[in-house]
Amino acid sequence: MIRSYFIYPIQFLVLVLLQVLILNNIQFYGFINPFLYLIFILWMPFETPKFLLMSISFLTGLTIDMFSNTMGMHASASVFLAFCRPFVVKIFAPRDGYEVSHRPSIHDLGLGWFLKYAAILVLCHHLFLFFVEVFRFTEFWNTLGRVLSSAFFTLISILIAEYFRVNVESER
Amino acid sequence: MRNLILFISKYSYFFLFLLFEVFAFYILFLNNNFQGASFLNSTNAITGGLYSKYSEWTDYLNLKEVNQALAEENNRLQGRQLSSYTPLFENEIVLNDSILQLKYVFLNTKVVNNSTHRQNNYLTLNTGSLNGVKAGMGVIGPNGVIGVVKNVSEHYAAVLSLLHRSAKISVKLQSSNYFGSLQWDGGNYRFGKVEDIPKHVQLNIGDTIVTSGYSATFPEGIATAVIEEFTPIQGDNFYDIKVKFLTDFKNLSQLYVVKNIYRTEQEALENLTEEAHD
Repeated sequence: MIRSYFIYPIQFLVLVLLQVLILNNIQFYGFINPFLYLIFILWMPFETPKFLLMSISFLTGLTIDMFSNTMGMHASASVFLAFCRPFVVKIFAPRDGYEVSHRPSIHDLGLGWFLKYAAILVLCHHLFLFFVEVFRFTEFWNTLGRVLSSAFFTLISILIAEYFRVNVESER
Repeated sequence: MRNLILFISKYSYFFLFLLFEVFAFYILFLNNNFQGASFLNSTNAITGGLYSKYSEWTDYLNLKEVNQALAEENNRLQGRQLSSYTPLFENEIVLNDSILQLKYVFLNTKVVNNSTHRQNNYLTLNTGSLNGVKAGMGVIGPNGVIGVVKNVSEHYAAVLSLLHRSAKISVKLQSSNYFGSLQWDGGNYRFGKVEDIPKHVQLNIGDTIVTSGYSATFPEGIATAVIEEFTPIQGDNFYDIKVKFLTDFKNLSQLYVVKNIYRTEQEALENLTEEAHD
């Protein structure tokens, strides 16, 4: 059990490097940028204290901000994501609750559950991020289009990463 | 008082959220301020170091394009040399160096980080205050204006790209001297717009837009964009001009920082004049 906590710093390092060195340079059609680093917050165990979850999200966002010169933007959006997460977890809880061994993954709770959970949280994060970036409502539909298209690609990258994790865990 | 404490403890989670958001927005606004002190961006030692290491590897991938651009620039400069001109009136040319005085000094620099997909884009250069770069200096590339230096550390400089919502540079038509302002509208990174050119000016598609040299930041006459399409604005005296940048902002490597030797003198004079009016 203790050993499993050592995996989080490694995940953090790998995801941040992947995000700033590779994914930030991939832009489909010039403006769609997948933000895979969110999966680090999505993967946090259910029993993580809310305070800790929010602090970790803030630091994750801040790290991404430092590398992409967008001070505070990713930090604020990630904190919003962490704020929403407990509500989403509660709404989608199975009838007899989560088991102690459950973690938020396809492996433990199924594709349907994970898809709902990830889609809603990614959408919350992207709405917050893009509207903070533009900081006005005059180009509402344009911004909303960018939110939806980016959220779609983020979700796809998250699903790919999730399937890699499922494979690794089932082999273990 | 007891009720207040009860209220706060009941919604402690929400207040914690607010606290984090306030802090995040605080650093967001602190950093948005054009001259604001900012140390947590990609000019600091850790992130800047990582980026320059990474760019050392990836630079090999665009060596071909960079060589091509440099060769073209060499050709152009070669053509401007005095030795490639023939004097029309052999006897009357007098070369007197005291007529010309050096005004702009160009410092060669390299891009270590760049973006084009955000609404407010920045670049990081591998020259800093040790090389004499200061905030407010202009940055140009082989194909025109790139941006203005925003912050400098000892070895790196953060540049506010032309692809930034608050970037605005003074330009004019190459054919006539009508001047306007060039900026980016946040859409496609290849196109920008020029405002304030009056309707009575004769325009053609393909006309070159050059820097006006009115600000102390850029020298006059650097070709930056060409006119793609233009329409007169209804009920206004000006054109709505869409221009295509000559620079491909996705493919930047070798750039020049422009140092204007007389900048302080010009700005001191302009400030003095404005203060006298206030």
